Amino acid sequence: MLLTRRLTFLAFPLLLAAAVASSVAPARADSPAAEWSRVLDAAKGQTVYWNAWGGDPRINAYIAWAGEQVSERYGVELVHVKLTDTAEAVARVLAEKSAGRNEGGAIDLIWINGENFAAMKRNGLLHGPWIEALPNHNLTDPANSPDLALDFGVPVEGLEMPWARARLVFYRDEAVLPEPPRSSDALLAWAKANPGRFTYPLPPSFLGTTFLKQVLLERASSVDALYRPVAEGDFASVTAPLWDYLDALHPHLWRQARSFPANAGAMRRLMSDGEIDIAFAFSQSEATAGIESGELPETVRNYVFDAGTIGNVSFLAIPFNAAHRDGAMVLANFLLSPEAQLRKQDPEHWGSATVLDLEELTPEQAKAFREMDLGPAAIPADRLGAMLAEPHPSWTDALEEEWNRRYAVR
Amino acid sequence: MLRAAPYLVAAILAGPVAAGALGALVPSFGFLPALGHDAFGLAVWRDLLSWPGIGGSVLLSFASGIVTAGLSLALAMLFLAVFFETRAFIWLRKAIAPLLAVPHAAAAFALAFLIAPSGFLARLLSPWATGWQRPPDLLIVQDELGLSLMAGLVMKEVPFLLLVALAPLAQIHAVERMRMARALGYGRIAAWFKTVVPALYPLLRLPIYAVIAYSSANIDVALILGPVSPPPLAVQVLRWSNDPELDYRLIAAAGAVLQFGVTAAAIALWVAAERILITLGRGWIESGNRTLAEQGLGLLGRVLFPALLLSAGLGILALGLSAFARVWRFPDPFPSRWTLEHWQSVGDTASGPLGATIWIALAATGLSLALVLAMLENERRTGRRAGRALELVFYLPLLVPQIGFLFGLVLLAELIGIAPGGGLVAAGHVIFVLPYVYLTLSESYRRLDPAWSRLARTLGHSESRVFWKVTLPMVFTPTLAAFAVGLAVSIGQYLVTRLLGAGRLDTVTTEAIALAAGGDRRLIGAWALTQAVLPVLGFALALAAPRLLWRHRRGMLGAVQ
Repeated sequence: MLLTRRLTFLAFPLLLAAAVASSVAPARADSPAAEWSRVLDAAKGQTVYWNAWGGDPRINAYIAWAGEQVSERYGVELVHVKLTDTAEAVARVLAEKSAGRNEGGAIDLIWINGENFAAMKRNGLLHGPWIEALPNHNLTDPANSPDLALDFGVPVEGLEMPWARARLVFYRDEAVLPEPPRSSDALLAWAKANPGRFTYPLPPSFLGTTFLKQVLLERASSVDALYRPVAEGDFASVTAPLWDYLDALHPHLWRQARSFPANAGAMRRLMSDGEIDIAFAFSQSEATAGIESGELPETVRNYVFDAGTIGNVSFLAIPFNAAHRDGAMVLANFLLSPEAQLRKQDPEHWGSATVLDLEELTPEQAKAFREMDLGPAAIPADRLGAMLAEPHPSWTDALEEEWNRRYAVR
Repeated sequence: MLRAAPYLVAAILAGPVAAGALGALVPSFGFLPALGHDAFGLAVWRDLLSWPGIGGSVLLSFASGIVTAGLSLALAMLFLAVFFETRAFIWLRKAIAPLLAVPHAAAAFALAFLIAPSGFLARLLSPWATGWQRPPDLLIVQDELGLSLMAGLVMKEVPFLLLVALAPLAQIHAVERMRMARALGYGRIAAWFKTVVPALYPLLRLPIYAVIAYSSANIDVALILGPVSPPPLAVQVLRWSNDPELDYRLIAAAGAVLQFGVTAAAIALWVAAERILITLGRGWIESGNRTLAEQGLGLLGRVLFPALLLSAGLGILALGLSAFARVWRFPDPFPSRWTLEHWQSVGDTASGPLGATIWIALAATGLSLALVLAMLENERRTGRRAGRALELVFYLPLLVPQIGFLFGLVLLAELIGIAPGGGLVAAGHVIFVLPYVYLTLSESYRRLDPAWSRLARTLGHSESRVFWKVTLPMVFTPTLAAFAVGLAVSIGQYLVTRLLGAGRLDTVTTEAIALAAGGDRRLIGAWALTQAVLPVLGFALALAAPRLLWRHRRGMLGAVQ
């Protein structure tokens, strides 16, 4: 094991050089270091337009900090284009491609994963492969991190750089609900006993669809089918247990399921207003941040389902026609540095888990990651339970359409 | 030069709308080469019409267009009938500007927080009056019938209709009509509806169509107050265009075309109802009947108008309180812990967006005002009013749903090769600002007594000197009002700013809506108030400036409004 790892490590610079030579500058076959210094030179003075969801002031502040850092260190200016939905950026790139704008596009970097990535990749809207050229890419130990090579089951193929890990966690006020339901069955029983005190965000909002997948992963007749394209399996029979479950659950939901919160934020607000007793988020830090800002009671704590919860990785991608590719790469490389990843994991600033492999870091760096205080609401990493991988992205639309067919019509 | 003005304006307004509409129409028939769809067909339309819940979405949009317009018009007329020429009338005039200035999204947030089961009203009344320790599980906001949506829209559209109804009252001699009818023994309400409304209504027709179009196709209010499944059609179109599965862009395009159809159908139904009412109404007017439920309607008006003001005021107060709240749990009537944190976070990020908001609003409104003045001055000099068809073009951007043509517009800008950015955004704002400026200014301009300029001409002054020295000062007050309306419209624009600016340009509205996705009401409150402050300031200036400028010429103040 150790030996193979060594060998991969030795072979890596060669692979890297080959990748760089073929993708970034076809005519030249410089060493990776020389190639990277060319990128650094070209990036100087560029303004990178980074399209990233802008709904959380703490994430926005983190991005602003990163902007100051790359401006100081590399002379790269960063503009954070605050999206309400990542698909807006996808639509923009699509409009540009429709209009024949094959270079000088308006977007240089997108925070992306899952369906959006799958759609962009399928339609040839992405630049790359480019991530092997980043010096910090090695720190993720790509050879031994298969989960970073797949985005919702779609091969990443160097088209996007892993940036953050996310895990679905539930949270509730421990003072109100000391023993929360830790499985979908228990949740149903609890909802029957406490009508109107639970809900989930409206699919196709990201977190709403995630809840459907979480229940499906627990109850599906064949879990294997979920990791293959939906067309290859029997959608009706695989998902039947999910719909049976929802049919039973809906009458006991908030507003008898006649209305749903629009998104994750709206659900947290219901929790804050005391309208519901259980909520969930795609990050351990959401509840902690809520406590610190006074939005949620101080006794709110995270918990997970016994059978595990869904987790995924989110990435950074460069559109095929980006005007400031070099600047985007310099920024991405900085965001992958131990320094930037450590700050990102700090719940004080954001609280999003790192994608770096701690084995690849210096002992001091690794220690800083291991000993970080994750905040009052968080569960320690060793009690976070099993991580369930995201189903193949084709299931997302199929689930959303079927949900819509069953529950959107009155 | 001046002669070209109306055609220039028509081109500025109709060009982008037509291009944008084409950009929706073509993909709706299955043609979008960038996604590999290059064969025309009806498949997209079949998909659209078989979409679960599409019927509900269409009905909802249609109904909210008609009901909102009907209710808003009825209320506006009732308030005028009850309060015209009374002491409270001054209050009514004063209340319009701030009500109008609060952006739609902010007003919707305020209303949602006011009436929700865990909202401000429930908190004020709980638990002592209601017995609620926890919020009850009642579907009030985002109800399936869209009642809260329509209430939110009515709250914003009544002030708008009042504003456009007040302007021409002098022109149609409302005071004289009322006096005459009252002298003949008609009750106040019967007199208003029998003598003033028939003369006033034709002048309100286009603004009402604009209300129908906005109510049936708006996004910002519908996202906050509208039902979620199925949602109003425009929201569904937005969901399709935001779906990561890019092929949904085709359905989105067809949905946008359908939205055109729904809005057009709602207006058509209104026109038909108008005809019937006019026919039926003639008999009633001529019947000689002197009263119209005088006491009941009088009471209704006297109750509903303060109720409207109170709910707007309480809503804004609730939003303001939450902007300073650190901890505010149900059923506490007020926050238990306070903080300035949310305002600090606004302060940290607002300076850039504020600057951008202001310069874009000034540029777009300034350009619009210049064009409208050129057009109206041309009309005055030639003595010919723009034709009906041309006038309809001026209102086109208000009558056509935004969602229907903006994607096509982005495509067009890309094809021409205009880089997204501030200039393009400001130009895009002109499309929506200009009609409102025209709407608010044209009647006052037209009812200027031509004797003044004729007199100045006979004294040997040139046309342009007459314009600068006589005409413009006389319409200064309504010009400022139009300017303030234009600013408010520009400041409130979201979709245009996002799409034409490629998201690179942050205004207070795009910031507020981006953070609204995060769901923290306290922060939303702070941003919504920031967003509302600018247009309110604009209106305050528009009200104060003439008083300062004409403080030695009181006649100038009385001349208008």
